[in-house]
Amino acid sequence: MQFEKKDILDMESLSADEINLILDTADKMKEISDRSIKKVPTLRGKTMVLFFYEPSTRTRLSFDIAAKRLSADSLSLSATASSTVKGETLVDTARNLEAMRPDVIVIRHPMAGAPHMIAKMVSTSVINAGDGMHAHPSQSLLDIMTVREKKGSLDGLRVAIIGDISHSRVARSNIAGFSKLGANVILSGPPTMIPKGIEALGASVVYNINDAISGADVVMMLRIQKERQKSFLFPSEREYARFYGLSADKLKNAKEDVLIMHPGPLNRGVEIAPDVADGPHSIILEQVTNGVAIRMAMFYLLSGGVRNADDN
Amino acid sequence: MRMIIKGGRVIDPGNIDGVRDILIEDGIITQIEENIIDYDQDKTDSCEIIDASGLIVVPGLIDMHVHLREPGHEYKETIKSGSLAAARGGFTAICPMPNTNPVNDNRQVTEFILTKAAEADAVRVYPVAGISKGLNGNRLSEYGELKDAGVIAVSDDGKPVNNSLLMRRAMEYAKGFGLPVISHCEDLELAADGVMNEGPVSTRMGLAGIPNAAESVMVMRDISLCELTGSALHIAHVSTSESVHAIRDAKERGVAVTAETAPHYFTLIDESVYDYNTSAKMNPPLRSSEDRESILKGLKDGTIDVIATDHAPHSALEKDVEFNNSANGIIGLETSLPLSLRLVENGTLSIEQLIDKMSGNPARILGLDNGIKVGKTADITIIDTENTFIVNASEFLSLGRNTPFDGWELKGRAVFTIVGGRIVFKDK
Repeated sequence: MQFEKKDILDMESLSADEINLILDTADKMKEISDRSIKKVPTLRGKTMVLFFYEPSTRTRLSFDIAAKRLSADSLSLSATASSTVKGETLVDTARNLEAMRPDVIVIRHPMAGAPHMIAKMVSTSVINAGDGMHAHPSQSLLDIMTVREKKGSLDGLRVAIIGDISHSRVARSNIAGFSKLGANVILSGPPTMIPKGIEALGASVVYNINDAISGADVVMMLRIQKERQKSFLFPSEREYARFYGLSADKLKNAKEDVLIMHPGPLNRGVEIAPDVADGPHSIILEQVTNGVAIRMAMFYLLSGGVRNADDN
Repeated sequence: MRMIIKGGRVIDPGNIDGVRDILIEDGIITQIEENIIDYDQDKTDSCEIIDASGLIVVPGLIDMHVHLREPGHEYKETIKSGSLAAARGGFTAICPMPNTNPVNDNRQVTEFILTKAAEADAVRVYPVAGISKGLNGNRLSEYGELKDAGVIAVSDDGKPVNNSLLMRRAMEYAKGFGLPVISHCEDLELAADGVMNEGPVSTRMGLAGIPNAAESVMVMRDISLCELTGSALHIAHVSTSESVHAIRDAKERGVAVTAETAPHYFTLIDESVYDYNTSAKMNPPLRSSEDRESILKGLKDGTIDVIATDHAPHSALEKDVEFNNSANGIIGLETSLPLSLRLVENGTLSIEQLIDKMSGNPARILGLDNGIKVGKTADITIIDTENTFIVNASEFLSLGRNTPFDGWELKGRAVFTIVGGRIVFKDK
């Protein structure tokens, strides 16, 4: 099977087969990062532009490393260093980037839909590295890859996602991604953080997190942003930690082989207790490792890596 | 200058409905009969005959809610381009809102608008002035002076009046000058950083939502203030079911409240925003299908008195950008009548009800003299209800192209727009 899409913008637009193709490709890519010389020539001569309109450490570094391990040239731009500060519009920036003929544009943007807008305008492949509260497909793919590695399949798994669902692009992408591969996604958190109509995306909602954790195969905790107190979403970190934070005690009702995940960065002691984050069920760092493999696979499939390999 | 409109079905609700000829002399309707013969053959000035057979002839349409962008944003629209667009849409009168730069909160700006409108020489322009100075919600504008300069109503449209005491005083003070207060109902704290309707669609798209309550809590507040003051209150751009219920209840109690909605609220729902379509971004936002149903019911039972466009031209500079960054608003002058005629076609409204909502009711609310009667000024719109066409925004006379209806097939449009006995628009 070949990957036919020009862009990877969100999980909703990927089919289960396309998701599996990316995962299978990533599984093969993973081994490259364990070699002593971590570089293959597969994407030599390809150019990847990483355009980050929003701060990021993990995701940006991960895309950068992924490109370099495949011998692609990658360059990274942030909005403050770009013409954006000179008042250039996103449309103009995208057209100018395209005029320099990169092979893939990776974009992170604080506004939902910005990568979709660029993708429609340019013939270059676009990867959405996170747009506002909307989507974060590479994160979802690496999450699914990590669970699949551990469990073999996602079919019938009970996956609890807990925290600020409203503001989370990770939650939205994972609801779509996990449910497409047969998992049951249960959402929980304070009702102030559960958006209207989220069930329509293919998840169920329970407000008591113990009900969500009970019998769970996977528990994914989302980062709480302190500034959300200003819009009255929760009263204090102390109260949040007590009622919605993941502690060893609350975890008792989960399955014995439960997996604990977090997209990072962690607020230790708020949404997740340190002993749980570092405990035996945690696969948080494996998520990060797999992130590189997933992004290598995305670059490979979008920039004609298959065709390149054939030419060689 | 004489003109006879011959053989059209003349509909002036509560007054005439039948095939009549209308004789217009020097801008005044002088005769309405079944068959007028141009008897006065020896008069030196010629008589223009308009063949209106198969067409309907109605009192000039009035759009009581438009944004003409001049002064200040002439690249989006001018008083001239907006007036021509209005004429093409079948409107003989329009009311521009005061959120220009500078704001219309003083005699100079009002007079500037009226001068430009006279130069444009198309439709009648009745300016609306700010409720508050600078639309800042701190201090009342000078309603007496503004009325004297030619203002027809007051509104801070684009912004709500947050301060309930200022709103109370505005209603009381406006009553002294017979000016209606037009309220943009929005609780800014509830609307927060929302950019579209709050619901399953905003959740799926990852866009911050604006709840229905952001509108309806202010509608309810203003109804309470209207009861307190006994002043004339008009609610602008009603978009939610809750607002319709609140207005219906208020009217049943005898409160002097009137309301308008726009064609987009009874035609579209929030799903039009999918794919981050900025041509469907406006404030209040497109709502759910349940809200749309309520709006239609409100139009049908008279809860909503007026169809107004909230014509809001923007250029590509404001619209070809990220959805969050896009300006609110769509244009409406050149699609309002055909979209509204769909309500007659599908049985929601009778043609008389539609004419009331686009002419008679806005005239009554604004205190304008409108209608097809002997002795009245000849402001008349002639409509071909059978004319089917494809909307082509690139042909609009408005400078705006920001419409979600581009490419739609619609039926029925104005073929003649007559202001004071003069043809200001004639369909080719």
